[in-house]
Amino acid sequence: MRIVFLPSRKELELRGSYRVADLLRELKLLPGTVLVIRNNEMLTTEDLVDDTDTVEIRNVISGGAA
Amino acid sequence: MRTSRPGPKPRCKRCRAPAVVQLHSHHTAFCRDCFLFYFQRQVQRAIDSEHMFTREEPVLVAVSGGKDSLALWDVLQLLGYRTTGLYLNLGIGEYSTLSRAKVEAFARERNLPLLQVDFAAEGHAIPDVVALTRRPACSACGTAKRHHFDRVALEHGFPVVATGHNLDDEAARLLGNVLRWDMNYLARQSPVLMPSHEKFARKVKPLFRLSEYETAAYAFLRKIDYVVDECPNAAGASQLLYKDVLQRLEAEMPGTKQSFVLEFYRRARRLLFQEALGAPTTCSRCGLPSHRPICRFCSLLDEVTSKRTSAPPTSHTSPV
Repeated sequence: MRIVFLPSRKELELRGSYRVADLLRELKLLPGTVLVIRNNEMLTTEDLVDDTDTVEIRNVISGGAA
Repeated sequence: MRTSRPGPKPRCKRCRAPAVVQLHSHHTAFCRDCFLFYFQRQVQRAIDSEHMFTREEPVLVAVSGGKDSLALWDVLQLLGYRTTGLYLNLGIGEYSTLSRAKVEAFARERNLPLLQVDFAAEGHAIPDVVALTRRPACSACGTAKRHHFDRVALEHGFPVVATGHNLDDEAARLLGNVLRWDMNYLARQSPVLMPSHEKFARKVKPLFRLSEYETAAYAFLRKIDYVVDECPNAAGASQLLYKDVLQRLEAEMPGTKQSFVLEFYRRARRLLFQEALGAPTTCSRCGLPSHRPICRFCSLLDEVTSKRTSAPPTSHTSPV
Protein backbone atom coordinates (compact mmCIF):
# COMPACT_ATOMS: atom_id res chain seq x y z
CA MET A 1 0.00 0.00 0.00
CA ARG A 2 1.02 3.61 -0.56
CA ILE A 3 1.03 5.79 2.56
CA VAL A 4 1.06 9.59 2.23
CA PHE A 5 1.90 11.63 5.32
CA LEU A 6 0.53 15.16 5.72
CA PRO A 7 1.73 17.84 6.17
CA SER A 8 5.25 16.51 5.40
CA ARG A 9 4.03 14.87 2.12
CA LYS A 10 6.52 12.06 2.65
CA GLU A 11 5.46 8.72 1.13
CA LEU A 12 5.99 5.10 2.16
CA GLU A 13 5.29 1.80 0.41
CA LEU A 14 4.24 -1.08 2.68
CA ARG A 15 3.26 -4.64 1.71
CA GLY A 16 0.59 -6.74 3.35
CA SER A 17 -2.73 -6.01 5.07
CA TYR A 18 -2.98 -4.26 8.42
CA ARG A 19 -5.59 -3.34 10.99
CA VAL A 20 -5.24 0.44 11.26
CA ALA A 21 -4.33 0.04 14.94
CA ASP A 22 -1.43 -2.27 13.96
CA LEU A 23 -0.38 0.05 11.16
CA LEU A 24 -0.17 3.01 13.56
CA ARG A 25 1.78 0.90 16.03
CA GLU A 26 4.15 -0.12 13.23
CA LEU A 27 4.63 3.56 12.32
CA LYS A 28 4.98 4.53 16.00
CA LEU A 29 2.04 6.92 15.81
CA LEU A 30 -0.54 7.41 18.57
CA PRO A 31 -4.19 7.10 17.48
CA GLY A 32 -5.24 10.53 18.86
CA THR A 33 -2.56 12.38 16.91
CA VAL A 34 -3.51 11.55 13.31
CA LEU A 35 -6.51 11.13 11.02
CA VAL A 36 -6.30 7.98 8.86
CA ILE A 37 -8.08 8.58 5.55
CA ARG A 38 -8.81 6.31 2.58
CA ASN A 39 -10.91 7.35 -0.44
CA ASN A 40 -11.86 10.52 1.40
CA GLU A 41 -13.30 8.55 4.31
CA MET A 42 -12.00 8.45 7.87
CA LEU A 43 -10.95 4.98 9.06
CA THR A 44 -11.26 3.57 12.57
CA THR A 45 -8.55 1.54 14.32
CA GLU A 46 -10.43 -1.67 13.45
CA ASP A 47 -10.60 -1.08 9.70
CA LEU A 48 -8.30 -3.11 7.40
CA VAL A 49 -5.96 -1.59 4.80
CA ASP A 50 -4.06 -3.62 2.21
CA ASP A 51 -1.81 -3.50 -0.86
CA THR A 52 -4.46 -2.00 -3.12
CA ASP A 53 -4.96 1.06 -0.90
CA THR A 54 -3.59 4.60 -0.81
CA VAL A 55 -3.81 5.80 2.79
CA GLU A 56 -3.40 9.40 3.94
CA ILE A 57 -2.10 9.87 7.47
CA ARG A 58 -2.81 13.48 8.48
CA ASN A 59 -1.14 14.91 11.56
CA VAL A 60 -3.57 16.83 13.78
CA ILE A 61 -1.15 18.24 16.36
CA SER A 62 -0.21 21.85 15.64
CA GLY A 63 2.31 23.96 17.47
CA GLY A 64 3.51 27.43 18.03
CA ALA A 65 1.19 30.23 19.06
CA ALA A 66 -2.38 29.36 18.02
CA MET B 1 4.47 -9.88 4.50
CA ARG B 2 1.99 -9.06 7.19
CA THR B 3 -1.67 -10.16 7.16
CA SER B 4 -4.03 -9.13 9.93
CA ARG B 5 -7.78 -9.53 10.27
CA PRO B 6 -10.11 -6.54 10.91
CA GLY B 7 -11.47 -6.14 14.45
CA PRO B 8 -15.17 -5.71 15.27
CA LYS B 9 -16.36 -2.48 13.58
CA PRO B 10 -17.00 0.14 16.31
CA ARG B 11 -20.63 1.23 16.56
CA CYS B 12 -21.96 4.78 17.03
CA LYS B 13 -22.77 5.35 20.69
CA ARG B 14 -25.90 7.30 19.79
CA CYS B 15 -27.52 5.49 16.85
CA ARG B 16 -25.58 2.18 16.61
CA ALA B 17 -24.64 2.82 12.95
CA PRO B 18 -21.02 1.98 11.94
CA ALA B 19 -18.74 4.58 13.55
CA VAL B 20 -16.15 6.72 11.74
CA VAL B 21 -14.79 8.70 14.71
CA GLN B 22 -13.36 6.96 17.79
CA LEU B 23 -12.82 9.03 20.92
CA HIS B 24 -10.56 6.92 23.12
CA SER B 25 -10.59 9.50 25.88
CA HIS B 26 -14.36 9.07 26.16
CA HIS B 27 -14.24 5.30 25.42
CA THR B 28 -16.79 5.94 22.70
CA ALA B 29 -17.31 6.25 18.93
CA PHE B 30 -19.73 8.11 16.66
CA CYS B 31 -21.03 7.99 13.10
CA ARG B 32 -20.56 11.18 11.09
CA ASP B 33 -23.86 12.89 11.89
CA CYS B 34 -23.84 12.01 15.57
CA PHE B 35 -20.23 13.21 15.92
CA LEU B 36 -21.14 16.58 14.36
CA PHE B 37 -24.08 16.81 16.81
CA TYR B 38 -21.78 15.89 19.73
CA PHE B 39 -19.21 18.51 18.62
CA GLN B 40 -21.81 21.27 18.38
CA ARG B 41 -23.16 20.35 21.80
CA GLN B 42 -19.69 20.51 23.37
CA VAL B 43 -19.19 24.01 21.95
CA GLN B 44 -22.63 25.16 23.12
CA ARG B 45 -21.91 23.73 26.57
CA ALA B 46 -18.59 25.59 26.72
CA ILE B 47 -20.26 28.87 25.70
CA ASP B 48 -23.13 28.50 28.18
CA SER B 49 -21.17 27.16 31.18
CA GLU B 50 -18.62 29.95 30.97
CA HIS B 51 -21.10 32.68 29.88
CA MET B 52 -18.87 33.49 26.90
CA PHE B 53 -21.34 35.49 24.79
CA THR B 54 -24.98 35.77 23.78
CA ARG B 55 -26.65 35.56 20.37
CA GLU B 56 -27.25 39.30 20.53
CA GLU B 57 -23.53 40.13 20.74
CA PRO B 58 -21.38 40.38 17.59
CA VAL B 59 -18.45 37.93 17.90
CA LEU B 60 -15.09 38.57 16.23
CA VAL B 61 -13.56 35.19 15.33
CA ALA B 62 -9.78 35.17 14.93
CA VAL B 63 -9.12 32.89 11.95
CA SER B 64 -5.68 31.73 10.80
CA GLY B 65 -6.74 29.32 8.05
CA GLY B 66 -5.91 26.33 10.26
CA LYS B 67 -8.34 23.61 11.27
CA ASP B 68 -9.21 24.94 14.75
CA SER B 69 -10.16 28.49 13.87
CA LEU B 70 -12.11 27.52 10.74
CA ALA B 71 -13.90 24.73 12.64
CA LEU B 72 -14.75 27.32 15.31
CA TRP B 73 -16.11 29.82 12.80
CA ASP B 74 -18.12 27.05 11.09
CA VAL B 75 -19.73 25.75 14.28
CA LEU B 76 -20.51 29.22 15.69
CA GLN B 77 -22.25 30.07 12.44
CA LEU B 78 -24.26 26.79 12.56
CA LEU B 79 -25.24 27.53 16.17
CA GLY B 80 -26.70 30.85 15.01
CA TYR B 81 -24.19 33.37 16.41
CA ARG B 82 -23.43 36.70 14.72
CA THR B 83 -19.81 36.24 13.61
CA THR B 84 -17.21 38.23 11.67
CA GLY B 85 -13.83 36.74 10.86
CA LEU B 86 -10.52 38.52 11.46
CA TYR B 87 -7.54 37.28 9.46
CA LEU B 88 -4.06 38.53 10.35
CA ASN B 89 -1.68 38.18 7.37
CA LEU B 90 1.63 37.56 9.19
CA GLY B 91 3.66 37.97 5.98
CA ILE B 92 5.32 34.55 6.34
CA GLY B 93 5.89 33.86 2.65
CA GLU B 94 3.93 31.12 0.93
CA TYR B 95 2.42 29.90 4.21
CA SER B 96 0.58 33.20 4.65
CA THR B 97 -0.41 33.38 0.96
CA LEU B 98 -1.97 29.90 1.25
CA SER B 99 -3.72 30.50 4.58
CA ARG B 100 -5.15 33.83 3.41
CA ALA B 101 -6.60 32.12 0.31
CA LYS B 102 -8.21 29.40 2.48
CA VAL B 103 -9.77 31.97 4.82
CA GLU B 104 -11.09 34.11 1.97
CA ALA B 105 -12.57 31.06 0.23
CA PHE B 106 -14.20 29.89 3.49
CA ALA B 107 -15.80 33.32 4.08
CA ARG B 108 -16.91 33.70 0.44
CA GLU B 109 -18.53 30.25 0.29
CA ARG B 110 -20.54 30.96 3.43
CA ASN B 111 -21.16 34.61 2.71
CA LEU B 112 -19.55 35.63 5.99
CA PRO B 113 -17.97 39.05 6.68
CA LEU B 114 -14.17 39.05 6.95
CA LEU B 115 -11.78 41.74 8.22
CA GLN B 116 -8.06 41.55 7.42
CA VAL B 117 -4.84 43.13 8.71
CA ASP B 118 -1.72 42.90 6.53
CA PHE B 119 1.39 42.91 8.74
CA ALA B 120 3.68 43.58 5.76
CA ALA B 121 1.63 46.64 4.72
CA GLU B 122 1.84 47.84 8.34
CA GLY B 123 5.60 47.49 8.27
CA HIS B 124 5.96 44.55 10.62
CA ALA B 125 5.84 41.30 8.69
CA ILE B 126 6.93 38.61 11.18
CA PRO B 127 10.06 37.51 9.28
CA ASP B 128 11.28 41.12 9.22
CA VAL B 129 10.54 41.62 12.93
CA VAL B 130 12.42 38.42 13.80
CA ALA B 131 15.38 39.29 11.53
CA LEU B 132 15.68 42.84 12.90
CA THR B 133 15.00 42.27 16.60
CA ARG B 134 16.24 38.69 17.20
CA ARG B 135 13.03 38.12 19.19
CA PRO B 136 11.72 34.52 19.19
CA ALA B 137 9.20 34.34 16.30
CA CYS B 138 6.27 33.03 18.38
CA SER B 139 6.81 35.71 21.02
CA ALA B 140 6.87 38.58 18.51
CA CYS B 141 3.94 37.04 16.64
CA GLY B 142 1.88 36.64 19.83
CA THR B 143 2.50 40.27 20.83
CA ALA B 144 1.43 41.56 17.42
CA LYS B 145 -1.64 39.31 17.25
CA ARG B 146 -2.93 40.33 20.69
CA HIS B 147 -2.48 43.99 19.78
CA HIS B 148 -4.44 43.70 16.52
CA PHE B 149 -7.17 41.55 18.08
CA ASP B 150 -7.78 44.32 20.62
CA ARG B 151 -7.39 47.17 18.13
CA VAL B 152 -9.77 45.74 15.52
CA ALA B 153 -12.31 44.70 18.17
CA LEU B 154 -12.27 48.24 19.60
CA GLU B 155 -12.44 49.99 16.22
CA HIS B 156 -15.28 47.81 14.92
CA GLY B 157 -17.27 47.56 18.14
CA PHE B 158 -16.83 43.88 19.03
CA PRO B 159 -17.21 43.17 22.77
CA VAL B 160 -15.77 39.66 22.40
CA VAL B 161 -12.99 37.94 20.45
CA ALA B 162 -13.16 34.14 20.01
CA THR B 163 -10.02 32.13 19.30
CA GLY B 164 -9.63 28.48 18.27
CA HIS B 165 -7.61 27.31 21.26
CA ASN B 166 -8.53 23.66 21.87
CA LEU B 167 -8.14 21.23 24.78
CA ASP B 168 -4.63 20.22 23.70
CA ASP B 169 -3.53 23.88 23.51
CA GLU B 170 -4.89 24.55 27.00
CA ALA B 171 -3.35 21.36 28.42
CA ALA B 172 0.06 22.20 26.95
CA ARG B 173 -0.14 25.78 28.26
CA LEU B 174 -1.19 24.50 31.70
CA LEU B 175 1.63 21.96 31.80
CA GLY B 176 4.17 24.65 30.92
CA ASN B 177 2.80 26.98 33.60
CA VAL B 178 2.78 24.23 36.21
CA LEU B 179 6.32 23.10 35.39
CA ARG B 180 7.48 26.67 36.02
CA TRP B 181 4.90 27.37 38.77
CA ASP B 182 4.21 30.65 37.02
CA MET B 183 1.46 31.84 39.38
CA ASN B 184 0.65 34.91 37.29
CA TYR B 185 -0.04 32.94 34.15
CA LEU B 186 -1.81 30.16 36.10
CA ALA B 187 -4.14 32.70 37.70
CA ARG B 188 -4.97 34.17 34.31
CA GLN B 189 -5.42 30.90 32.38
CA SER B 190 -9.14 30.60 31.71
CA PRO B 191 -11.59 29.83 28.89
CA VAL B 192 -12.79 33.41 29.31
CA LEU B 193 -10.40 36.30 29.91
CA MET B 194 -12.44 39.23 31.17
CA PRO B 195 -11.19 42.64 30.05
CA SER B 196 -9.03 44.52 32.58
CA HIS B 197 -9.89 47.78 30.78
CA GLU B 198 -12.97 49.12 28.97
CA LYS B 199 -11.02 49.33 25.69
CA PHE B 200 -10.19 45.61 25.80
CA ALA B 201 -12.51 42.95 24.39
CA ARG B 202 -13.44 39.78 26.28
CA LYS B 203 -11.31 36.85 25.01
CA VAL B 204 -13.01 33.45 24.80
CA LYS B 205 -12.05 29.89 23.75
CA PRO B 206 -15.24 28.01 22.81
CA LEU B 207 -13.25 24.88 21.75
CA PHE B 208 -11.56 24.38 25.11
CA ARG B 209 -13.52 21.15 25.80
CA LEU B 210 -12.53 19.60 22.45
CA SER B 211 -9.24 17.92 21.54
CA GLU B 212 -7.13 18.66 18.49
CA TYR B 213 -8.18 15.27 17.07
CA GLU B 214 -11.86 16.18 17.44
CA THR B 215 -11.44 19.56 15.71
CA ALA B 216 -9.48 17.90 12.89
CA ALA B 217 -12.18 15.22 12.52
CA TYR B 218 -14.88 17.94 12.55
CA ALA B 219 -13.08 19.97 9.88
CA PHE B 220 -12.60 16.85 7.73
CA LEU B 221 -16.20 15.64 8.06
CA ARG B 222 -17.55 19.14 7.34
CA LYS B 223 -15.24 19.27 4.27
CA ILE B 224 -13.57 22.46 5.52
CA ASP B 225 -10.57 23.23 3.30
CA TYR B 226 -7.95 24.28 5.85
CA VAL B 227 -4.16 24.72 5.84
CA VAL B 228 -2.67 21.35 6.78
CA ASP B 229 0.86 22.72 6.76
CA GLU B 230 2.50 23.86 9.97
CA CYS B 231 3.59 27.46 10.50
CA PRO B 232 7.31 27.43 9.52
CA ASN B 233 8.12 29.06 12.87
CA ALA B 234 6.34 26.37 14.93
CA ALA B 235 9.11 23.77 14.62
CA GLY B 236 10.84 23.35 17.99
CA ALA B 237 8.18 25.32 19.90
CA SER B 238 8.03 24.11 23.52
CA GLN B 239 4.28 23.74 23.13
CA LEU B 240 4.86 20.81 20.77
CA LEU B 241 7.06 19.08 23.35
CA TYR B 242 4.39 19.50 26.04
CA LYS B 243 1.76 18.17 23.62
CA ASP B 244 3.90 15.12 22.86
CA VAL B 245 4.27 14.31 26.56
CA LEU B 246 0.54 14.77 27.13
CA GLN B 247 -0.33 12.54 24.14
CA ARG B 248 1.75 9.70 25.59
CA LEU B 249 0.01 10.06 28.94
CA GLU B 250 -3.36 10.14 27.13
CA ALA B 251 -2.52 6.95 25.21
CA GLU B 252 -1.83 5.11 28.48
CA MET B 253 -4.54 6.82 30.54
CA PRO B 254 -7.38 8.01 28.27
CA GLY B 255 -9.11 11.12 29.62
CA THR B 256 -5.98 12.58 31.23
CA LYS B 257 -5.90 15.80 29.18
CA GLN B 258 -9.56 16.53 29.85
CA SER B 259 -9.34 15.98 33.62
CA PHE B 260 -6.05 17.93 33.77
CA VAL B 261 -7.63 21.01 32.17
CA LEU B 262 -11.28 20.84 33.22
CA GLU B 263 -10.49 20.02 36.86
CA PHE B 264 -7.96 22.87 36.94
CA TYR B 265 -10.72 25.22 35.80
CA ARG B 266 -13.27 23.68 38.17
CA ARG B 267 -11.18 23.36 41.33
CA ALA B 268 -7.75 25.03 41.24
CA ARG B 269 -8.33 28.21 39.22
CA ARG B 270 -10.43 29.79 42.00
CA LEU B 271 -7.67 29.23 44.56
CA LEU B 272 -5.12 30.94 42.38
CA PHE B 273 -7.11 34.06 41.57
CA GLN B 274 -4.85 36.93 42.45
CA GLU B 275 -5.40 40.57 42.83
CA ALA B 276 -5.46 42.15 39.36
CA LEU B 277 -2.20 43.81 38.31
CA GLY B 278 -3.93 47.15 38.89
CA ALA B 279 -5.97 48.77 36.13
CA PRO B 280 -3.77 49.40 33.09
CA THR B 281 -3.03 52.95 31.99
CA THR B 282 -2.87 53.88 28.32
CA CYS B 283 -0.02 53.41 25.85
CA SER B 284 1.25 56.84 24.81
CA ARG B 285 1.65 55.62 21.24
CA CYS B 286 -1.40 53.67 20.21
CA GLY B 287 -3.82 54.60 23.00
CA LEU B 288 -4.64 50.99 23.87
CA PRO B 289 -4.51 49.93 27.53
CA SER B 290 -1.07 48.95 28.81
CA HIS B 291 0.66 48.32 32.11
CA ARG B 292 3.64 50.28 30.76
CA PRO B 293 3.92 53.82 29.36
CA ILE B 294 4.58 52.26 25.91
CA CYS B 295 2.86 48.91 25.29
CA ARG B 296 4.72 45.76 24.27
CA PHE B 297 3.59 46.04 20.64
CA CYS B 298 4.65 49.67 20.21
CA SER B 299 7.99 48.90 21.90
CA LEU B 300 8.43 46.09 19.38
CA LEU B 301 7.65 48.49 16.55
CA ASP B 302 10.11 51.04 17.94
CA GLU B 303 12.81 48.37 17.96
CA VAL B 304 11.98 47.35 14.37
CA THR B 305 12.04 50.98 13.20
CA SER B 306 15.31 51.86 14.93
CA LYS B 307 17.04 48.68 13.70
CA ARG B 308 15.72 49.27 10.21
CA THR B 309 17.02 52.85 10.03
CA SER B 310 20.37 51.93 11.55
CA ALA B 311 20.82 48.86 9.32
CA PRO B 312 23.53 49.24 6.61
CA PRO B 313 21.94 50.35 3.24
CA THR B 314 22.74 47.08 1.46
CA SER B 315 21.07 44.94 4.15
CA HIS B 316 17.89 43.05 3.12
CA THR B 317 15.53 40.75 4.92
CA SER B 318 15.64 37.22 3.63
CA PRO B 319 12.14 35.86 3.01
CA VAL B 320 11.29 32.67 4.98
